[in-house]
Amino acid sequence: MGKGSKLPAIAEFDSVGLRYGTGAEVLRDLDFRLADGGFYFLTGPSGAGKTSLLKLLYLAQRPTRGRIRLFGEELSEAAREELPPFRRRIGVVFQDFRLIRHLSAFDNVALPLRVAGATDEEVEGPVREMLAWVGLADRASARPATLSGGEQQRVAIARAVINRPQLLVADEPTGNVDADMANRLLHLFTALNRLGTTIVVATHDIGLIRATPGAQMIRLENGSVVDPTGLLRNPPPGHR
Amino acid sequence: MMLGWLFASPAERRLLGTSRFRGPTPWVIAIMSFSIMIIAATGLALANTAGALGEAIEARYAVVVPNGAQNLDALAQALKSAPGVTAVEAVTQGEMRRTLQRWLGPAAESADLPVPALVNFDTRHGADLRPIRQRVQAIAPAAQISAHRDRVAPLLRSMRSVQWLAFGLVLLLSGAAAAAVVLAARGALDTHRFTIEVMHGVGATDLQVTHLFQRKIALDALVGSLAGAVAGALVLLLLASGASFAGELMGGASLPPIDLLVLVLLPFTLTILATWVARMAVLAALRGTL
Ligand SMILES: Nc1ncnc2c1ncn2[C@@H]1O[C@H](COP(=O)(O)OP(=O)(O)OP(=O)(O)O)[C@@H](O)[C@H]1O
Ligand SMILES: [Mg+2]
Repeated sequence: MGKGSKLPAIAEFDSVGLRYGTGAEVLRDLDFRLADGGFYFLTGPSGAGKTSLLKLLYLAQRPTRGRIRLFGEELSEAAREELPPFRRRIGVVFQDFRLIRHLSAFDNVALPLRVAGATDEEVEGPVREMLAWVGLADRASARPATLSGGEQQRVAIARAVINRPQLLVADEPTGNVDADMANRLLHLFTALNRLGTTIVVATHDIGLIRATPGAQMIRLENGSVVDPTGLLRNPPPGHR
Repeated sequence: MMLGWLFASPAERRLLGTSRFRGPTPWVIAIMSFSIMIIAATGLALANTAGALGEAIEARYAVVVPNGAQNLDALAQALKSAPGVTAVEAVTQGEMRRTLQRWLGPAAESADLPVPALVNFDTRHGADLRPIRQRVQAIAPAAQISAHRDRVAPLLRSMRSVQWLAFGLVLLLSGAAAAAVVLAARGALDTHRFTIEVMHGVGATDLQVTHLFQRKIALDALVGSLAGAVAGALVLLLLASGASFAGELMGGASLPPIDLLVLVLLPFTLTILATWVARMAVLAALRGTL
């Protein structure tokens, strides 16, 4: 642990392994820490376990062995009732967006605020603002099915960041968008990162990584982190 | 507030879509509620009738003089002055004949037909029968005293067992309604699995998710059980007022206020049961997820 960084960690993995059911381990011996305020890219071939690792990170999956500390708390064995407050500090952009199809774009974006107990009046302003920010101000009442893939993704991103999460996790966020949109996404993530949000993006897109100075890369192969030196190839902002 | 979950905002209602009152749940619960209403009313009426009957005859006896009695008045007088006797009613031979006539026709008028004399009397509870028997036999040695309750006991017993059967059926039907609700809750969870996952993902607690379903099922159950109960009440009223004999069957068809209250509360009890069962089913199902 530690690996030379003195920055407070937002996530620490300690000998973490994951298997689905009785299958072989899809993640093994994960030992790394993510600095609070860092910007990380998670790369690796298809099936390497990127999505699985992200699921551990956003508390949708428990490790089958090892320990995970998030926000300074040991959560790998926490009771399920203890997890919701931590989930509210994490924003997630899913590979398949996961928008609720019978809700409007507005309601989809508002969901995290409402779950956190915000009233309709408290929700109105921030959601309009967020929809405008992702360029969908005039599609607030549209159902996901009537939006294009890129528009759906922007709704998904708005939902992920509406709560000003401390940790933003995105799984292949540029998989469905053109180069221009990918660029704007990257700007969005960088802006959020400057505001203090830790960003973890799983991607195959080398261009994205190159275009983000200061970001670090974690490379997964076959369920393990390879090239551990690459982990700190780019130190997090404000460090060293 | 404990019932806060009942008042969902429009936004919360939109989360589960607009499928209320669509599924079979309100219908199933309405049928259960209808049956429960009728069976419970029958059970309560039987219980009342049996209770009233049992009480009325508890301390009632009959003096039977097989070959009639010329000294019926003396017998009645002796009984009236006997210790512990509270009421005496002599059934004259003429009355007996008239009663028999209904069954036997004119033959009952025949003097050849031996018609017993009958005196009914009530005693105080726990009164000693021996001195009474002595007085009676001093006047009419052939007289026999029989307790009404001995003769009515088998009838009372079967009324009581039908009454318990009715209450057992009410419980069974409630159990079946609860099972239907569990299935409905599981079905609803299945239908909305994706929404639940997303809600959990953005930090919703099990209780927040549960309240959505609990509310939906509570409303279904309330509508269903009220509709069923109202239909049941209408049928009961028709039965009670339409056919005159039904009134007699149902113990005069008038239930005491406490029983009416029980019947009125039944649909609400059923609703509360359904809501509680749904809540437990949803919470249990959610516990299986992360
Ligand atoms: N729910 C699951 N049940 C069983 N096996 C799973 C499950 N999810 C993923 N796996 C397996 O775990 C391994 C890693 O999958 P994962 O989705 O994490 O890979 P990935 O790196 O995200 O791939 P991609 O780049 O294609 O998205 C794969 O072998 C996959 O088949
Ligand atoms: Mg993946």
